[in-house]
Amino acid sequence: MYVAVKGGEAAIANAHRLLADRRRGDRSLPSITIEQIVAQLGLAVDRVMAEASLYDRAIAALAIRQSCGDLIEAIFILRAYRTTLPRFGYSVPLETADMQVERRVSATYKDLPGGQLLGPTFDYTHRLLDPSLLHDAPVDEALQREGGQEPIMRVTDILADEDLMEDDGTLPEGHVPGDLTREPLEFPMARDLRLQALARGDEGFLLSLGYSTQRGYARSHPFVGEIRIGEVDVELDLPELGFAVSLGRIRITECQMINQFKGSAKSPPQFTRGYGLVFGQSERKAMAMSLVDRALRASEFDEDVVAPAQDEEFVISHSDNVQATGFVEHLKLPHYVDFQAELDLVRRMRREYEAGRGDKTDSDIPEAAE
Amino acid sequence: MASDGQQPLPGTGPERRRQAMGVLAKATRLELEQVWNALPQRPEAVPVRGPETGLVMVRGRIGGGGAPFNLGEVTATRASVRLEGGTVGHGQSLGTDGEKARLAAIFDALLQLPEHAPAVERLLSQVSARIEAEDAQRIRETAATRVDFFTMVRGDD
Repeated sequence: MYVAVKGGEAAIANAHRLLADRRRGDRSLPSITIEQIVAQLGLAVDRVMAEASLYDRAIAALAIRQSCGDLIEAIFILRAYRTTLPRFGYSVPLETADMQVERRVSATYKDLPGGQLLGPTFDYTHRLLDPSLLHDAPVDEALQREGGQEPIMRVTDILADEDLMEDDGTLPEGHVPGDLTREPLEFPMARDLRLQALARGDEGFLLSLGYSTQRGYARSHPFVGEIRIGEVDVELDLPELGFAVSLGRIRITECQMINQFKGSAKSPPQFTRGYGLVFGQSERKAMAMSLVDRALRASEFDEDVVAPAQDEEFVISHSDNVQATGFVEHLKLPHYVDFQAELDLVRRMRREYEAGRGDKTDSDIPEAAE
Repeated sequence: MASDGQQPLPGTGPERRRQAMGVLAKATRLELEQVWNALPQRPEAVPVRGPETGLVMVRGRIGGGGAPFNLGEVTATRASVRLEGGTVGHGQSLGTDGEKARLAAIFDALLQLPEHAPAVERLLSQVSARIEAEDAQRIRETAATRVDFFTMVRGDD
């Protein structure tokens, strides 16, 4: 028998009204604006865009405000929003080599064309609280220096002539890029689909998996060949005109991880690569993504699959934080009937257990609802 | 990107139109509105499509230059208009601003009309100059964070 139970409408409406009140908080303080969130909490906006897999700063900032700063909730809201929009098409693939670079570092070459450009980084800060930020003190403009016009070559092209570096990943001729927003996931999957899943994967989950490979669970001897952050053009083909036009620019972070590889029956010793590409400024995520991308390529290189980070189905099935939060958080919704059934079962098992031991059963068991 | 390195005359050819659309996409709504409102005679523009907001799936390439993969979506808004004489213009840009896309479509149409092309060209050079100045400043700011390595000379040998 299935018993439908109604109720709670008033409680839900009042709870949402209470949430709106708490979100606004102290009315004597000015309300935070979308423009302020975009301009001053930009990396939170970037994270929401990356993991929602939807690039729109203003809408991501709105979602952050709506979620009171709960970023996974904001990501969830953006995922819901995107389902309301039609798909215009697929862009021309981004040219990360033509990026308007705002940061570029390499851990493998000290002197390289374009140089080491630190950009706006937290690296080398002392992570000490800055009391000057307690107040709205004036902030110096950034310094400027002439002579930044040198082309910034891709680090992975430097060794390409020697054939010591694996080339950019190719897929069989005629392969259509998989799209997990269109088709259900099936394992095993091609690297392109894996990268799409990783690009929207939870930063914390990928960070921990990447860390696990460094600690010995699928060690891959990684070096950061290059991290670059900056803006690239998004171009869309216009069939009615027969050419592709730029729709504007987006900021992205790219990580080229280079991994030592001692060779296999199929391949000579050379450097192999893991790739990370993420919306916004997020090099932690791009680095973690490139470590996990490389770990997931184990079978390509005849490596033993012995660690969680190498297990494609495990990694890809659990990397999406909207799916994860949905399934974990659904546990708090009413399970009254399920629990009653479980309670009956446990009582019966307990009776059988007690009977088997010859003990007396306690007939005075309280009901769950009491 | 212009692959042949040749720039057709302003206001002519599909390559010029393609470049112009790219600049219009990067213009702010304010820049478009100001020029539109200042036009001595504003032609009637009938909507053909939109403005409508949707998604473009952005593709990257594995390793930066390899096989394409789907990175994630961006919001984009597009509009098409027809002017009195029948000239059709298309506007499209990132984001959700329908009025900006509509104005971009109008300017795309005006660029095809010799009597209006000079005004559009002025708008395009104004927007291009603003973008170039912003890019140049960003390049100089980034250049100031370039590491200058120097070698410590040890005196003990």
